[in-house]
Amino acid sequence: MTPVDLLGQALNGLAYGVLLFLLSVGLTLIFGMLDVVNLAHGSFYMLGAFAGLGLIAATGSFWAALVLAPVVVGVVGALVERTCLRPLYRRAVLDQVLLTFGLIYLFEDVVKWIWGGRIRSIPGPALFSGSVKIAGAAFPAYRLFVIVFGLAIAVVLWLVIERTRLGSIVRAGVWDAEMTAGMGIDIDRVFTGVFAGGAALAGLSGVIAGPIRSAYPAMGSEILVVTLIVVVVGGLGSLKGSLAGSLIIGQAETFGKAWLPETAMLIIYVVMALVVLFRPQGLFGRPLR
Amino acid sequence: MLEVERIQTFYGESHVLHDVSLTVGAGEAVALLGRNGAGKTTLIRSVVGFTPPRQGRIRFEGREIHRLPAHRVARLGLGLVPQGRRIFAPLSVAENLALGARGEAAPGAWTRERVYALFPRLRERAAQGGGTLSGGEQQMLAVARALMTNPRVLLLDEPSEGLAPIVVREIGRVLVALKREGLPILLVEQNFPLALRVADRVYVMNKGQIVYAGTPAGLDADEDVKRRFLGVS
Ligand SMILES: Nc1ncnc2c1ncn2[C@@H]1O[C@H](COP(=O)(O)OP(=O)(O)OP(=O)(O)O)[C@@H](O)[C@H]1O
Ligand SMILES: [Mg+2]
Repeated sequence: MTPVDLLGQALNGLAYGVLLFLLSVGLTLIFGMLDVVNLAHGSFYMLGAFAGLGLIAATGSFWAALVLAPVVVGVVGALVERTCLRPLYRRAVLDQVLLTFGLIYLFEDVVKWIWGGRIRSIPGPALFSGSVKIAGAAFPAYRLFVIVFGLAIAVVLWLVIERTRLGSIVRAGVWDAEMTAGMGIDIDRVFTGVFAGGAALAGLSGVIAGPIRSAYPAMGSEILVVTLIVVVVGGLGSLKGSLAGSLIIGQAETFGKAWLPETAMLIIYVVMALVVLFRPQGLFGRPLR
Repeated sequence: MLEVERIQTFYGESHVLHDVSLTVGAGEAVALLGRNGAGKTTLIRSVVGFTPPRQGRIRFEGREIHRLPAHRVARLGLGLVPQGRRIFAPLSVAENLALGARGEAAPGAWTRERVYALFPRLRERAAQGGGTLSGGEQQMLAVARALMTNPRVLLLDEPSEGLAPIVVREIGRVLVALKREGLPILLVEQNFPLALRVADRVYVMNKGQIVYAGTPAGLDADEDVKRRFLGVS
């Protein structure tokens, strides 16, 4: 591999890592705060891609879809939290796993019913249809957009979570939800908000992934496994961990695919196993009690 | 003010509080004593809505609160200093204080400035993470955090637990000062001297039942109750 190829792969890995970040940040906060294993989180990514597809068809604008699809998915997320998950918070983890697992099939079937089961390509925005020369090699402009946009979202999220009152409520809730309620904060509303926000970010990830990875019903369950690995590597409930884990796993899978195509998935499992071996709580998780 | 009337509280199937009644009057400091596992924390959890009682009633300033969710109970003016302090470690000291702050505009209300005046150490540590404080500082933060909600009654669950004697004396000083201001206090303690110093009335709990109610002096004189239920002699 030449240095230029290396750079190209690293940028691909970065673009993929950014998609993983938008997915994992919601999953990790939901895990941390609600203690819910939401296996349907990948479905929100898939719904985002298809909502994007539908909205591009309806409005003719990628940018309109970029804004509206996450809103649609966020509303779906809020409804799922209110109607399905809320009654399960006090129940066994197995009930939550069964329910959210069932939701994966439900959402896949709804999408198949509306759009059919085929792979659908999603047109990217005309603005970024060209390519950019980096160190003499052409690199798709859209991927650079994804990188910059995703990192900008990461910065905004960081500011909101670390610097605002809303963010301090979310951090407090992730740490100790019961005591947060004891301070007079309506934690149920915060749960719904965090769940909807996480779903919207997963939806956003799906929309911007569309032009690179297309849309197909199984895309959600496929990426869910990788997202769970990101959360384990980064540490439950940690924003920093979600970013670090996404970038590491994004690179590991991308380089794995380039160098050892048969064992790309194995490589990310190895990364996860190493992290868990030396830091069971993940890179930025709080120590296990 | 606060009236707990014949409550029965369960964790799942395990029945912990049996027919417990207790009151805290206006301006009164009440101590609840009892050995490990007696059910003291469960009583506090019942009052604040964390583990609502299955039977019985809890009233606060005449309103029934035993069916309200915890955040509503807190907003009615029950300030909690929980066992183990439960400081929000990822939040700075200032953020811990701001989280539940309300009613700061009223005359004589608790504000960040007043709380810092009471605990100057917290001002020095304002920007530091809650998790980096020492045990004593965390306890002060737990009290300060509850005061910032401008509570109408303060519930403290073993505030002296695990702290050095000098810090315990400091906590005692603060509680006596709060009582002088007229803030009603329900103090759960295993530290007998601290409870006697602060309380106007005492209850003793054993195996989920109130086994003694009276004055601190009366309890101090009752060698039998002290030996059987408190392990003090
Ligand atoms: N979450 C829980 N689930 C089941 N049982 C519990 C739970 N918490 C406490 N218990 C049980 O309820 C009983 C009363 O416990 P509680 O914590 O109220 O005692 P306590 O008087 O506060 O004790 P300590 O002084 O050690 O804090 C104990 O037998 C305890 O084992
Ligand atoms: Mg206790």
